[in-house]
Amino acid sequence: MSIWEYANPVKFMRTSGAILPWVVAGAAVCTVTGLVWGFLTPDDFRQGSTVKIVFLHVPAAMMAINIWVMMLVASLIWLIRRHHVSALAAKAAAPIGAVMTLIGLITGAVWGQPMWGTWWEWDPRLTSFLILFLFYIGYIALWSAIEDPDSAADLTAVLCLVGSVFALLSRYAVFFWNQGLHQGASLSVQSGERMSAVYRYPLYLTMLGFGLLFLSLLLIRTRTEIRRRRLAALQAREMRA
Amino acid sequence: MIALLRRDLTLAVRAGGGFGLGVAFFLILCALVPFGVGPDTTALQPIAPGILWLGALLACLLSLDRIFALDHEDGSLDLLATSPLPLEGAVAVKALAHWITTGLPLILAAPLFGILLHLPGQAIPPLLVSLLLGTPALSMLGAFGAAITVGLRRGGLLLSLLVLPLYIPTLIFGTEMIRRGQEGGATATPLLFLAGITAGTLAVIPFAAAAALRVNLR
Repeated sequence: MSIWEYANPVKFMRTSGAILPWVVAGAAVCTVTGLVWGFLTPDDFRQGSTVKIVFLHVPAAMMAINIWVMMLVASLIWLIRRHHVSALAAKAAAPIGAVMTLIGLITGAVWGQPMWGTWWEWDPRLTSFLILFLFYIGYIALWSAIEDPDSAADLTAVLCLVGSVFALLSRYAVFFWNQGLHQGASLSVQSGERMSAVYRYPLYLTMLGFGLLFLSLLLIRTRTEIRRRRLAALQAREMRA
Repeated sequence: MIALLRRDLTLAVRAGGGFGLGVAFFLILCALVPFGVGPDTTALQPIAPGILWLGALLACLLSLDRIFALDHEDGSLDLLATSPLPLEGAVAVKALAHWITTGLPLILAAPLFGILLHLPGQAIPPLLVSLLLGTPALSMLGAFGAAITVGLRRGGLLLSLLVLPLYIPTLIFGTEMIRRGQEGGATATPLLFLAGITAGTLAVIPFAAAAALRVNLR
């Protein structure tokens, strides 16, 4: 019994099909409860009601980065162990990550307009998120441009590895180029809590909810990709017969 | 390897436009900028480092698809892959040939274009050094992008989408170095970062690009 058993598509389909309803239900409950709870929190004494966008902004931004890391791990597994499910999972994750990045950017702009007086500022955090979005777009475009699925998986995996290094490099390079306006981390394990508990607990809940949301979307999309691959194989067999 | 380098250089020269076109593109870009932003020194001087680096970036980008595409079409890339020379070495040599045909002429022409854009004299040495250190990284990363897209029919636009984000750190440190030189500040920090990026790409990218080429030649 090892985790690599789930690299077998049949086994993956069976297991993911069994847990999918639970994950979807958990995602729905956590996200909806967290967002409603977050919406009912009292206004912040300085930021007013705009503080409530944090319950959308922070989980989305967190997932945007986590999804890229997940794609990196999946690409490595594909390159090293040649498990097709892994490559398909990386492919399935990319559009979700791009949307999460976009949500982070847009909610940030909506919040920044009243708070900073500008929709957009060339701040290191904002800029590195824009760069991350560009990397997502390039990755998705490369997947859709190559016809042969195995070559596409290989090339996008290599691109993901190189892209990760440069995304990280850009993230620190932009500090060089402009000083920030974005506040530092509001939640931190080491430096103690800087956020009131009123906001903290709904935020934890929405973070969990977004994680589950990503997991359920990922499972659905990976299952679709596997079915599409099976369909292509069946059609190819039909053509030969 | 030397034979391959000589072959690539000869091809670039004889096919016409290998050396000249990049510089001509650079010149046009520098000539167009004053039309866009106005001819004032106060308007041009602050943006000159950025324009020069962006010009180098785009001129480099324009000639990227030549690195592997022609060899892929006539089959010589397959011969290279089966030759005793490791594919990683071939990639490095081809990137070097690309740098000699586009990067080097740009560096030689850059001081002239710097003057066109009212770059002060004290910023010329940092401009030269930053281009000298930075453009090899551009060629290496470009070779990687070209290797990924070599099998595609309409790879040109995708190539720029893939390669330009990879150029961001080089661009940041390159322009930062000229800007500091312009203001008479210390240029050592961006210089070291730029050198680090170039050294890192020289060490790692040949392997990534060769892996991508092997997939495309499969």
